[in-house]
Amino acid sequence: MAAPSTTVPSAGPVAGSRSFFSRLRDGDEIARLVTFLFAAWVVFLTLVIVFELWQSSVLPRHKFGFAFLRTSVWDPVFDQFGALPFIYGTLVTSAVALVIAVPFGIGAAIFLAELAPARVSDTLEFFIDLLAAVPSVIYGVLGIFIIVPAMRDFIEPWLKETLGFLPLFKGPAYGIGFLTAGMVLAIMVVPYIISVSREVLLSVPRDQREAALALGSTRWESTWKVVVPFARTGIMGSIFLALARALGETMAVTMVIGNTPLISASLFSPGDSIASVVASQFKEATGDLYTQSLVELGLVLFLLTFVLNGLARLLILLTSRRGAGTAHA
Amino acid sequence: MTMNGQLRWRKLVSNFMLTMTGVCALVSVSVLFFILGYLVYNGGASINWNFFTKLPAPVGETGGGMANAIVGSAKLLLLATLVGVPNGFFGAIYLAEFSGSKIAFVVRYAADLLNGTPSIIIGIFAYAILVHPFNHFSTYAGGFALGVMMIPITLRSTEEFLLGVPRALREGAMALGASKWKTIATVIVPAAYRGILTAILLAFARVAGETAPLLFTALGNRYWSHGFNEPTASLPVMIYTYAISAYDDWHRQAWAAGLVLLALVLIINIIARSILARGISVPRS
Repeated sequence: MAAPSTTVPSAGPVAGSRSFFSRLRDGDEIARLVTFLFAAWVVFLTLVIVFELWQSSVLPRHKFGFAFLRTSVWDPVFDQFGALPFIYGTLVTSAVALVIAVPFGIGAAIFLAELAPARVSDTLEFFIDLLAAVPSVIYGVLGIFIIVPAMRDFIEPWLKETLGFLPLFKGPAYGIGFLTAGMVLAIMVVPYIISVSREVLLSVPRDQREAALALGSTRWESTWKVVVPFARTGIMGSIFLALARALGETMAVTMVIGNTPLISASLFSPGDSIASVVASQFKEATGDLYTQSLVELGLVLFLLTFVLNGLARLLILLTSRRGAGTAHA
Repeated sequence: MTMNGQLRWRKLVSNFMLTMTGVCALVSVSVLFFILGYLVYNGGASINWNFFTKLPAPVGETGGGMANAIVGSAKLLLLATLVGVPNGFFGAIYLAEFSGSKIAFVVRYAADLLNGTPSIIIGIFAYAILVHPFNHFSTYAGGFALGVMMIPITLRSTEEFLLGVPRALREGAMALGASKWKTIATVIVPAAYRGILTAILLAFARVAGETAPLLFTALGNRYWSHGFNEPTASLPVMIYTYAISAYDDWHRQAWAAGLVLLALVLIINIIARSILARGISVPRS
């Protein structure tokens, strides 16, 4: 989509024939330089963030090395810092979020893209966009006052009764913990999955649907066996995007996860995630090793989201290209 | 007979699954109205004049308000806009009008990376360069952190709207002898201004509700914050602190603050989207 812009054709013959000084007098070179500085600043800023994270986590990297990622003792009093419980918490809460959010999000996206009339679809999409704009601290407030009590009093006891034989659903129901955090995250990432998947589904060429229907498939079969597979890389992209959001989400998780560095097979157990431990302990952290260990956690999180975002973008790009390609063919 | 049965079964499955997708969409959208309703119900009951005009009451006493947090948020957002908007805007002009494809790729990549960076990491970054060296928390640091978050959002969407300006407009201006920057300033930017305004408003709304980058930059303050060099209270951080506290009165105030914040964010969003919808000034080529 960037291709036509990068060489603005009108600039070619006109600007090219003029000397550097005449362009300088017109102000073109100055404008180019000034705007270039702003654009370069963005790149610089990104590099500085990585550099600062790296630079500010020297101590724990030297002291613990890769053991930082493998050990699970987090004891500021004895200067022992291991990231494993937080990495575990981040991954588990995000996984729970995806398990709930993906079927839901894709279902809703199918409805918006395939079934709803354009007007209804656009209206609902407007609300979905608003939902995506709700600040995370608000989700946290709802989490504390609605979801936590509901989980403690209804959902967790019910899960224990029906699925209690699984290690996932054992132990006392506190209300706070991995499951609740995953639940809040699920609510938060559903709008992202819906928005992106809807776009991707809408870009599937019309003849794909018509061909499937003409062959005698039902509406659902044409959607599920033809349209969705056609768009699956893009849908995967939307899921990765949601995953990246879930991994980095801070406030809502901090407010409901329980802030205890535990690794437990039970989803009812309180825990902690990378983002939430940084949010809750960074301010109070005393001593360089403690602070820098938290920064190193930040670095780990940055790398995780970096990889996921890259993958997500690649997948979405691949699908929309494919859709566009076949549409023209 | 069996064919008929099978067909009926397939149709049944089809109808059932399609209904389920509708249910998914309905439930997803109704979450928004649930959130709104909950905050209006709970927050509306505890919102009053004091909320907007009084300082927080001393710990343990009931009453008081969040006047300092409202002003604090305004100051933080002012700084954020000053940091984020010019940078995003001019950067986008470079990308859309001047740059070659290689540099554009690098800048876009960096912006997308920045956009995907969790906000808590931006907070660590602002702490490392603006709090740690000076040994005190400040409004500057908080505003800077929010501003950094605004840059990629403003940049990427502004660029897209600039690229949407039809080529004929550019060529027309240049054929009349306008220099390139004059073409940009008098033709291209005005043609895309609705889109650019929308981009800026959306970026603003996004950071208005950000809490994580403020926790250890602007910190919080139970009193007025003077100038930009002191720690300051802000609405999102107040909501967080009050919601996780043990006092019922603070919970009530957290709901009220949540309602104010949500209203602000949603209204800006709606305005932004209606600016764009009312007439896309740029026909998509």
